[in-house]
Amino acid sequence: METDRSASTPERQPLLRVRGLGKSYRRKGAGWARTDVIVAASEVEFEIFAGQTLALVGSSGSGKSTVARCVTRLEKPDVGHVWLQGADIAHLGFSDLRPFRHELQMVFQDPATSMNPRFTAAEIIEEPLIIQRPGDKSAHRVRAKELMQEVGVSPQWANRPAMEFSGGQRQRLAIARALALKPKLLVLDEALSGLDLSTEAQIANLLLDLQASHSLAYLLISHDLALVARLADMIAVMAHGRIVEQGPVAQVMANAGHSETRALVASARVAQANLAALGAAL
Amino acid sequence: MKYAARRALRAVVLLFGVSVLCFLFTEMAPGSFFDEMRLNPQISPETISGLRARYGLDQPLLVRYSRWLTSVVNGDLGFSVAYNSPVAPLLWSRALNTLLLTTTAMLLTWLMGVPLGVWSAAYRGRWLDRVVEAGNSLLISIPEIVIALALLALAVRSRVVPIGGMISIGHEDLSGAGKVNDILRHLLLPTAILVLAGIAIVIRHVRASVVEVLDAPFVRAGRGLGIGRTRLLFRHVLPVAASPAISLFGFSIASLLSGSLLVEIITGWPGLGPLLLDATLARDVYLVIGGIIVSAVFMIAGNFIADLMLLVADPRIGTGGLNEE
Repeated sequence: METDRSASTPERQPLLRVRGLGKSYRRKGAGWARTDVIVAASEVEFEIFAGQTLALVGSSGSGKSTVARCVTRLEKPDVGHVWLQGADIAHLGFSDLRPFRHELQMVFQDPATSMNPRFTAAEIIEEPLIIQRPGDKSAHRVRAKELMQEVGVSPQWANRPAMEFSGGQRQRLAIARALALKPKLLVLDEALSGLDLSTEAQIANLLLDLQASHSLAYLLISHDLALVARLADMIAVMAHGRIVEQGPVAQVMANAGHSETRALVASARVAQANLAALGAAL
Repeated sequence: MKYAARRALRAVVLLFGVSVLCFLFTEMAPGSFFDEMRLNPQISPETISGLRARYGLDQPLLVRYSRWLTSVVNGDLGFSVAYNSPVAPLLWSRALNTLLLTTTAMLLTWLMGVPLGVWSAAYRGRWLDRVVEAGNSLLISIPEIVIALALLALAVRSRVVPIGGMISIGHEDLSGAGKVNDILRHLLLPTAILVLAGIAIVIRHVRASVVEVLDAPFVRAGRGLGIGRTRLLFRHVLPVAASPAISLFGFSIASLLSGSLLVEIITGWPGLGPLLLDATLARDVYLVIGGIIVSAVFMIAGNFIADLMLLVADPRIGTGGLNEE
């Protein structure tokens, strides 16, 4: 790890601090009763400050999503610590985690499958409200409509089934659902990858607006450096389950030290040019 | 209800086709009801041809078919030579017995199969799931007739439940509650056979569709939102997982009249099974055709009911799609 920002700013406590995070999976290997151990993440360390965006980049299989799932505690890390506002949530049980859920929410890659296909738009957004604060139904509905408005989906469509929305609108609904509990940190797991370029640009703008108005922090999981350059302050490059390079985006991308970073920068150039052209057109 | 009318029309066309095929196939089958008599030297060929003429069996196929259609419209479903009676009342009393057996078996199968399927899906990979899965594999790999014979042998040795038939000797002398009790005790063995033969498929089906939904990203997302296991299962997973199970339930309804024929014959349950077997062996053509037609009606109605239930349960299907077909 080349930088340790907590040392440079000791008076500011990070919103999220990850130390020594490791996760491996067992898979049935060839032959009878043999299992292979796959190390998906190892000694992962980073922190995110309030209102900041950290991009976790790397090629497929580098362990980005594993880190995201461990941080959001969809999975339990084998070792390591995940401090959320000073509390270590890495090894808490499901019910002990509940108070922390509203600080930290996740937006998934595919909004079509990350929402219950039988629910309406409003029901999807209300669900976290009902879990965390059961009771007042009409208040939840009002809040759901506010959130729809905020992410740019007309509240008139509150009773439409989620399946009837377009991909971009569904991702807006997913963001609204994630925002329902007023979290301080959103984990965006390839949340923009499934969208076409212009929709991606719109959602990216929405994320920037929301970040400014709510001082949200983002953990942006992505393989798209053009998008990272637009959204992120800090970047951490992952390869083979480890963070091989991290620091401010401009710095890391200008002086790519690791081969993985160089490969990502090279592959991003074309996309970046496209996005810049699109930005000019918009 | 344009949709229902279209479905009804299609059902009529389908039944017409089934009846035509029945007539053609029975025509192709060798032998007739009077073959036994022909071997008897005491019955003259004139008597036999007289009987054939009386029942209209000497007529050409088309004439017989049109006569049969008329009798269907009259509600007789043809005339049974063996019983010397219209087919409909014969079928009706036996069909009620069959329905008593199959409905009981179906309800028990589903009342036990659905919770077991959901349960083993929710506890996938744990010991309960493994035990259920092992039982399933065993039941699926054993043919129904073997299950039937095994249970029958067990019942014979243990003498706990009555074997064969639907009522005991002296049933008529029992009180009302005694009669019900008597029938229920006779119902036990054939029901157990049908439940054992059918439950593994229900469990597998339900388990598979619940597992599929449990793996869906929206369920993972729900966990991330902090939704508890119970709420996730009942509010999110089960409504989505219900559709395939509802389809299978429709097939269960469809096979209410035809699914138990073998078991009825083995256990001597006085349903359609023994009746149709005897009719087939005796070449009592119209009784066989009547039985097939009634089964076909149930098949079509069962599928229709399943589609309606799916329509109610799954808004994604919508009448629009069904109306267009």
